[in-house]
Amino acid sequence: MTQSVVVQVGQCGNQIGCCFWDLALREHAAVNQKGIYDEAISSFFRNVDTRVVGDGGSISKGKICSLKARAVLIDMEEGVVNEILQGPLRDVFDTKQLITDISGSGNNWAVGHKVFGSLYQDQILEKFRKSAEHCDCLQCFFIIHSMGGGTGSGLGTFLLKVLEDEFPEVYRFVTSIYPSGEDDVITSPYNSILAMKELNEHADCVLPIDNQSLFDIISKIDLMVNSGKLGTTVKPKSLVTSSSGALKKRHKKPFDAMNNIVANLLLNLTSSARFEGSLNMDLNEISMNLVPFPQLHYLVSSLTPLYTLTDVNIPPRRLDQMFSDAFSKDHQLLRADPKHSLYLACALMVRGNVQISDLRRNIERLKPSLQFVSWNQEGWKTSLCSVPPVGHSHSLLALANNTCVKPTFMELKERFMRLYKKKAHLHHYLQVEGMEESCFTEAVSSLSALIQEYDQLDATKNMPVQDLPRLSIAM
Amino acid sequence: MSIVTVQLGQCGNQIGFEVFDALLSDSHSSQGLCSMRENEAYQASCKERFFSEEENGVPIARAVLVDMEPKVINQTLSKAAQSGQWKYGQHACFCQKQGSGNNWAYGYSVHGPRHEESIMNIIRKEVEKCDSFSGFFIIMSMAGGTGSGLGAFVTQNLEDQYSNSLKMNQIIWPYGTGEVIVQNYNSILTLSHLYRSSDALLLHENDAIHKICAKLMNIKQISFSDINQVLAHQLGSVFQPTYSAESSFHYRRNPLGDLMEHLVPHPEFKMLSVRNIPHMSENSLAYSTFTWAGLLKHLRQMLISNAKMEEGIDRHVRPPLSGLPPLSKMSLNKDLHFNTSIANLVILRGKDVQSADVGKKFRAYIHQYTKFGIEEEDFLDSFTSLEQVVASYCNL
Repeated sequence: MTQSVVVQVGQCGNQIGCCFWDLALREHAAVNQKGIYDEAISSFFRNVDTRVVGDGGSISKGKICSLKARAVLIDMEEGVVNEILQGPLRDVFDTKQLITDISGSGNNWAVGHKVFGSLYQDQILEKFRKSAEHCDCLQCFFIIHSMGGGTGSGLGTFLLKVLEDEFPEVYRFVTSIYPSGEDDVITSPYNSILAMKELNEHADCVLPIDNQSLFDIISKIDLMVNSGKLGTTVKPKSLVTSSSGALKKRHKKPFDAMNNIVANLLLNLTSSARFEGSLNMDLNEISMNLVPFPQLHYLVSSLTPLYTLTDVNIPPRRLDQMFSDAFSKDHQLLRADPKHSLYLACALMVRGNVQISDLRRNIERLKPSLQFVSWNQEGWKTSLCSVPPVGHSHSLLALANNTCVKPTFMELKERFMRLYKKKAHLHHYLQVEGMEESCFTEAVSSLSALIQEYDQLDATKNMPVQDLPRLSIAM
Repeated sequence: MSIVTVQLGQCGNQIGFEVFDALLSDSHSSQGLCSMRENEAYQASCKERFFSEEENGVPIARAVLVDMEPKVINQTLSKAAQSGQWKYGQHACFCQKQGSGNNWAYGYSVHGPRHEESIMNIIRKEVEKCDSFSGFFIIMSMAGGTGSGLGAFVTQNLEDQYSNSLKMNQIIWPYGTGEVIVQNYNSILTLSHLYRSSDALLLHENDAIHKICAKLMNIKQISFSDINQVLAHQLGSVFQPTYSAESSFHYRRNPLGDLMEHLVPHPEFKMLSVRNIPHMSENSLAYSTFTWAGLLKHLRQMLISNAKMEEGIDRHVRPPLSGLPPLSKMSLNKDLHFNTSIANLVILRGKDVQSADVGKKFRAYIHQYTKFGIEEEDFLDSFTSLEQVVASYCNL
């Protein structure tokens, strides 16, 4: 069984990370009734005997003593991390896993990347090495950050290069929160584009998400649950969005619910690697199957169902509805419409009491309405995990490598160009040592190249499938 | 004579478990239609072939379980032990921590050489336990990374080290859509390598078995364990001891040798398929009546018209030739044929080659394979060897 390390950077990254650990603990608590430290838990947690002084002796088998998360928390201002350390999850984190500073990055990618990057490079490397040492077989780094700020976007992407050099065999999965249209940070286009260049070059797989979509999903759930349309069959609280425990007093804020969705995404992504099932899918298979060309590694995700039904015996119509929803644009975690764009590859990760026949039936049903690229007409990857998420009887995560990410990137580029033409706020960046205008131009050209690749694929959309001549051989 | 089974990857291990389960429960079935002496002789023969005796009487399967990640092997071992009827040997499994990631190149070029010695050691121990060794039965899938890549590597090694014994590879042809995206690449590479090192390839298609489950056995929600059970049922009827020419108390001693002798006369034509009737759920067995003659006629027609199951047989097709059906003891019938009904498979393979070809033209996913040493020339080699096979079958 392999282990993964979660690296949470910046305010956004740490808040999402906190939700993730809370949910992970709850999930494992629900599955692991006997309290034995097994391989499934070991993928995200260490079993530590806290009575032993020093590093805490790691116990590999037997009963659970005290679980420590395999995480590295990084933030250049102390507020968020301190809050986590004083909250209910304080025992799950180790003070040796943190890197904090006081002043923050001031929403400036250059400060995060160049200044703090060089300042903390050694410390960062040491923390990573330590967490890797604790792992038997490290498979993946999950990096959670936002693109619009300073620390998450600057320092978060600096890390990618460090990880690539130090651990070239370990996968780097990045969950990036892209800035929405009405973002409150004015320089977010600069930060995002500069960060995108790093993502293009050093990440194995990126899961782009934006706040507006998450917010829309939350509003929809609230509407459905509160409208009473579904009667008594719907549980009052949606487990996708709520977590009893970690941040109870802040239940009023919508960010909690939104962060929970992202946390669920990460849990479902790794569920088939951690738990048993009739068709397993490991993390390296995600990269292998969904990334046909190294640069096109942006996967649009969608999670269904969003609310739980109390009726345990789900009739097949509801199950089919779950599959249809996964492809609708309302359920995507990014502003995108995959149905009207070109699919390069698609993965369906099902959890719970769903069998292969249900999966096949739905694939056959949905295939005609989706457009796949000509050389990958049957581009589906499926996995079945027997353990459902907490509170649900089944769930589906769909990951799509689809050209529908293009509009997001193009919009970002437009906003960038509007600011850049006027050289607005540029001096904040240029006064940082190591930053020059060429950084900006390189970043834009990298993004343009990416957009062009997607354009080329889109151009093949309606062309008929060419039948290649068979290889003819002499008999 | 005994057969050693090598189960590779998630698919191989899941199927292997079902096969052993079916074999043992078949031999202990209470539907006695024959005398006690016959029964005992049959049970003894079946057991000797697939299981070895342990002190406390629980038979141990003659199997080696290989997988690159531990979850499936753990599940398989515990399921077998739970049944109480039989179990796997304690040291008969080999697993690593991280899987092959659906990458044929990873399974073949990285995992293969790295773990060659350990795996061959385990296999050798299992072979040494056999009094008289007949051959290998290797179960793997074509779509994944371990089953296909490592399977091809292991088969090649077995060919080198045990060139005198026979190898039959059971390969699972994936669903047309929706299993693994790079399954076409993996399948092509596997088939071309296996054709060189294996003695016979027994093919099963997930699509066909799925249909059998749906139409004949009326299972509403088909799970992989249902599919595997049907497969095990078919394989069971291939491997159950069959009568020899002398008398009804002597069973044929060399199962693989016999099969090969009759079915693979020319090394160019190695692909086999199984037709098995009747397929029905246990419940309806009580309500059905069938006779040998009827079954045989059904089977013959199935073969001629290329049907994979009993329904939808085209009755108007005339036969070109037919092969030998060895009769089995149970009230089932099986037929292994390599005749022109393989044309179906050839077409399937052809489609596969074509879709892999298109993918290759756009160089999709190739970087994942070149990372581990499989270059484009290797793909080209595989294509050519398969095209040759397709051509030779077409010439038949």
